[in-house]
Amino acid sequence: MADTTAHKDEEQAPITERIPAVGWVWKNLFSTPLNTVLTLFSLWLIWKVGFSFVDWAFLKGVLFADSRVACREISPHGACWGIISERFDIFVYGRYPHEHRWRVNLSFILLIVALAPVLWETMPFRKRGLLFTVAYPFIAGWLLAGGLFGLDPVNTRNFSGFMLTLVIGVTGISLSLPIGVALALARRSSMPVLRIIAVVFIEFIRGVPLITLLFIASVLLAYFLPPGTDFDLIIRVLIMVTLFASAYMAEVIRGGFQALPRGQYEAAEALGLSYWKSLQKIYLPQVLRISIPGIVNSFIGLYKDTTLVIIIGLLDPLGIGRSLLSDAKWAGLAAEMYLFVALFYFISCFAMSRYSLYLERKLEREQAAEQN
Amino acid sequence: MNTEMQGDSIIRLVNVNKWYGKFHVLRNINLDVKRSERIVICGPSGSGKSTMIRCINRLEEHQQGDIIVDGTTLTDDVKKIGEIRREVGMVFQQFNLFPHLTVLENCTLAPIWVRKTPLKEAEEAAMKYLERVKIPEQANKYPGQLSGGQQQRVAIARSLCMNPRIMLFDEPTSALDPEMISEVLDVMVELAESGDMTILCVTHEMGFARKVAHRVIFMDAGEIVEENNPEDFFNNPQADRTKLFLKQILQH
Ligand SMILES: Nc1ncnc2c1ncn2[C@@H]1O[C@H](COP(=O)(O)OP(=O)(O)OP(=O)(O)O)[C@@H](O)[C@H]1O
Ligand SMILES: [Mg+2]
Repeated sequence: MADTTAHKDEEQAPITERIPAVGWVWKNLFSTPLNTVLTLFSLWLIWKVGFSFVDWAFLKGVLFADSRVACREISPHGACWGIISERFDIFVYGRYPHEHRWRVNLSFILLIVALAPVLWETMPFRKRGLLFTVAYPFIAGWLLAGGLFGLDPVNTRNFSGFMLTLVIGVTGISLSLPIGVALALARRSSMPVLRIIAVVFIEFIRGVPLITLLFIASVLLAYFLPPGTDFDLIIRVLIMVTLFASAYMAEVIRGGFQALPRGQYEAAEALGLSYWKSLQKIYLPQVLRISIPGIVNSFIGLYKDTTLVIIIGLLDPLGIGRSLLSDAKWAGLAAEMYLFVALFYFISCFAMSRYSLYLERKLEREQAAEQN
Repeated sequence: MNTEMQGDSIIRLVNVNKWYGKFHVLRNINLDVKRSERIVICGPSGSGKSTMIRCINRLEEHQQGDIIVDGTTLTDDVKKIGEIRREVGMVFQQFNLFPHLTVLENCTLAPIWVRKTPLKEAEEAAMKYLERVKIPEQANKYPGQLSGGQQQRVAIARSLCMNPRIMLFDEPTSALDPEMISEVLDVMVELAESGDMTILCVTHEMGFARKVAHRVIFMDAGEIVEENNPEDFFNNPQADRTKLFLKQILQH
């Protein structure tokens, strides 16, 4: 008896209520004639574009070939990934001399070693690992540029490709955080001179596009420096990119300081802790924690902005790709090249954003555990 | 000036005035606290009670008059402020524990970095005080894992770890759920009765005042209106404002 009534109920309920997914589809995609038309049109468009892309890139695509002509012989209407597979090394190392490429590889491996203690909180010997992290920029700089302790010098003009992106990105990211913290502190300082300098600096940098700063780095600085000084262009670019990122970082960190409850400052003061000790032990650990999303956001922005150096004649992967296009062998493969470079940036940035999300979740979980 | 008093008074406020912008928040405050004296301060909201005790450890600056703590006159001198803060512990209404540090780390931080106590010694002392406030078993938890009453007791232990001679309490129980008030008050009574600590406590817990205070001070509109021993203060208030205030709080 009970069975039949239950059965009846089920029959009476419209299908849209019985299966939630069906209900959702009905309500959102087919509720009115116009809605239905739009839905069908979109589906057709997705199918058309998606299928054409897959067809072009994968089904008809040619993975290995040593020129565009060779590609076309195999598959006249497909993508020619030869430009990537054949010239992958030039995307990575750019014009860095062949015989010294091991130095780039070693720097990259050491970068992973240097990052490990930062990302992996429970790593054994983490303290010692962090010492290496701090020393890493100098070691990498020496490895890449050479000229000291018997390592052949490599002209920094040859820094290009992904390795250039990494050099600028890693330098900017690792320096902009401490400089940003210092600027934020200066801006909050009770000393007017310090505060004014910080405000002027931050507002100036934030009010000027990065490209302008890069032009200043490449052209204007030469006027200010005594004639004859050959101040490395890469270093000038690194300085400008770092300053640019630092100004944004400073504002992110300052926001974190403002979000810290006033009671934390008062408790630290009442205990007699000095300003620097409070900063180190109480304020910064909490402020950095609060600011993680903003910090990672700045990192991603900076990383992507490194492509702008193309404008002052440095060859990042995009620049390398464009120079490849002017090679008769590969001319006309712009789509493949841009897609590949886009994918490269996407993977790096997506990784950073995922990591930040993971960190936030972890801290949230910890906080939640603390509250129970 | 009363020179006989000077010898055994540990805190002296002489004609202290303070303004927030145009708002005159402390008016001609004169207060002499003797060593080991226990004072309860009460008064309506906004009367300047917090402001007054926060001037004593320079969380707030006064603009006129002198504040002398343990023989040191408070000025802008950062070193002197540091010296005074080492001797003056403070417990806040909102506990203000450091949420990213464990209970034990909360308690050892200042002894280690301000008093330069070795870690081990600092931890032993901290455990002693945590036992005294009856929560040694929570030492390795984070503040967020504790109840309000427990957090406030940790805050008291954290202050005591600096071995202060003076303790300031700013409404230590008014952010607590009713059932937790007594556990904190018990700890405070025990602290008051066991030692020679000088205590200034802003509170409306009249039972606590009767039990431990030597003197009750009533503030209104930035002034000290009346002060007396607890017995006379509660049974025989003089000023009309005091009578009104007592009537209001005793109604609850
Ligand atoms: N930073 C500030 N700037 C301006 N006015 C302030 C500031 N801090 C406090 N006040 C004002 O000063 C007056 C006294 O504040 P105070 O906190 O000392 O009062 P209180 O007696 O402790 O009151 P309560 O019982 O509510 O804690 C209040 O009117 C308050 O609004
Ligand atoms: Mg108050």
